Amino acid sequence: MQMGVQAGEPMMVDTILDVTGLTKSFGAIRASDDLTFSVARGEIHALIGPNGAGKSTAIGQLCGEIEPDQGRIIFNDCDISRWPTYRRARSGLQRSYQITSLFPDFSAADNIALAVQAGRPHSFRFWQPARHDKALRTPANEALDRVGLGHKADTKVTALSHGEQRQLELAMVMATDPVMLLLDEPMAGMGQVESQLMMEILHPLKGDVSILLVEHDMDVVFALADRISVLDKGRVLLTGSPDEVRNDPDVRRAYLGDS
Amino acid sequence: MTQRRLMVHGIGLGILMFLPLLAAAAGEPFLTNIASRVLVYALAAVSLDLIMGYGGMVSFGHGAFFGLGAYVVGILAHHSFNGTVIGFLPGEWQGTASALVQWPLAILVTGLFAVIIGALSLRTTGVYFIMITLAFAQMLYFFMTSLPTYGGDDGLNLWERSQVPAVDMYDDNQFYYVTLALLLAFLYLAHRVVNSQFGMVLKGCKQNETRLQALGVPTYRYKLVAFAISGAGAGLAGALAANHTEFVGPGLMHWTRSGEIMIMVILGGMGTLYGSVLGAFTLLMMEEVLSSYTEHWMLILGPFLVIVVLYARGGIYGWLVGDEMDEEPAERADGRTGGGADDG
Repeated sequence: MQMGVQAGEPMMVDTILDVTGLTKSFGAIRASDDLTFSVARGEIHALIGPNGAGKSTAIGQLCGEIEPDQGRIIFNDCDISRWPTYRRARSGLQRSYQITSLFPDFSAADNIALAVQAGRPHSFRFWQPARHDKALRTPANEALDRVGLGHKADTKVTALSHGEQRQLELAMVMATDPVMLLLDEPMAGMGQVESQLMMEILHPLKGDVSILLVEHDMDVVFALADRISVLDKGRVLLTGSPDEVRNDPDVRRAYLGDS
Repeated sequence: MTQRRLMVHGIGLGILMFLPLLAAAAGEPFLTNIASRVLVYALAAVSLDLIMGYGGMVSFGHGAFFGLGAYVVGILAHHSFNGTVIGFLPGEWQGTASALVQWPLAILVTGLFAVIIGALSLRTTGVYFIMITLAFAQMLYFFMTSLPTYGGDDGLNLWERSQVPAVDMYDDNQFYYVTLALLLAFLYLAHRVVNSQFGMVLKGCKQNETRLQALGVPTYRYKLVAFAISGAGAGLAGALAANHTEFVGPGLMHWTRSGEIMIMVILGGMGTLYGSVLGAFTLLMMEEVLSSYTEHWMLILGPFLVIVVLYARGGIYGWLVGDEMDEEPAERADGRTGGGADDG
């Protein structure tokens, strides 16, 4: 079993994600520079840092959409560094996107049902109508109810508001029964009320699902995160509890805009 | 299904079912022969719509499968008629004229070629996919052109049409109904496929393949299977085309043929299946009618195509039924049928 051991923490923490030496360059820019951190099982781990710190690139490499130049990713005791995206997702590592990524021609329920399908062993079923398959529709409608979109089940994605689309994407990844979520700015472009709603959706997941949360809204980060890693120029500057990060003079100067 | 859509389908099916009778009543029985040609191309177009309209795979090489299916029939009939052994196969097989062997073999061979071509092409997307499918089709075209055993450039006459039990394939009406039956069967199959779980994945690939992979779907294999089904459908159409013209030539594989099939799909309405039948009808009728006035009939077709693409979203089919998507309202968990998504 893989154990992540960090200073200032009790020994024998159960680690779900262990990232070592992740390096990725785009031309002269080092988006990830020997990036090393780990996420404990069940925790919400926030990744913060200024624009261009390499947060989205990190998520891209974790989910397999960006191939790292170097480094190793251990997820749930498996070395997934060379796995294609779909295989990582099938093993329970699911992501959301900074810019909402859905199936725009489908209804809300179709989107979730397809996610439920994605979690099944395969979809080589050519004959029975998928839209009348209760084994897909029932969990889909339940997932919609959970995020408060039950009444919008048959609404086309393009007719949903921005906030509803963000909720739908979260419901979609939840419908695959994930072990860990990589959330890339889930509150991006949301108003106060919508953000609050999203927090209420995320909060109960704490403990059940491990979450790596990239987020700019510090109120959200401090409210949700168990631990925070501060990124700068592709490296981890500091990892610690919200209080430790809040009170670190370097972080305050570099990121929190405090003089 | 909306009332209007039901009506359009009903009228369409009615015309197709009774066309030979209508043609005879109008004193123009040769129309049945032309209609058979439309149905053959419709079958090819429906098969292309399956991957292009639903899966977002713009294959510019569908003529390859169409021609290949025709060549399977042509080569088998050639050896059967001349009593010669098929040289490139092991054993002493002298081909056959039986449709029950020829047609399934045409489907099998084109399906197999589609797997090979698809396996390589589907590693690319967008313009590269268009170009690589085109390249494969042209390779097959030039291969057949330079194969003197089977007529090379000049092609191959089909001295004997496929023998279908209890059917006289030389009778225009019977030929028509055999073709219609196969087209309807393929339409039904395609209809089931696009609404199945497999079909949902296929539509998902077109809308947002990255998302689908991030959810855990290995999209490549689903697209490959769709590509194979599509190729096999075009192969069956080719087998019928060989019988219809009693001739097989490399021209069936030429890129202009692939282009024609693609235009049929776009004209009729991508991602509608039935639209492809309308598209085949419209294009071939325009060719038939306009080319009797001028050899530059493409000059009229071009602007017409532009107008349809610009103003009739969902093509001719979308314009007729009043909406563009081939969607059925989903069933709620409690069994109620929801509205909303279908009215958009």
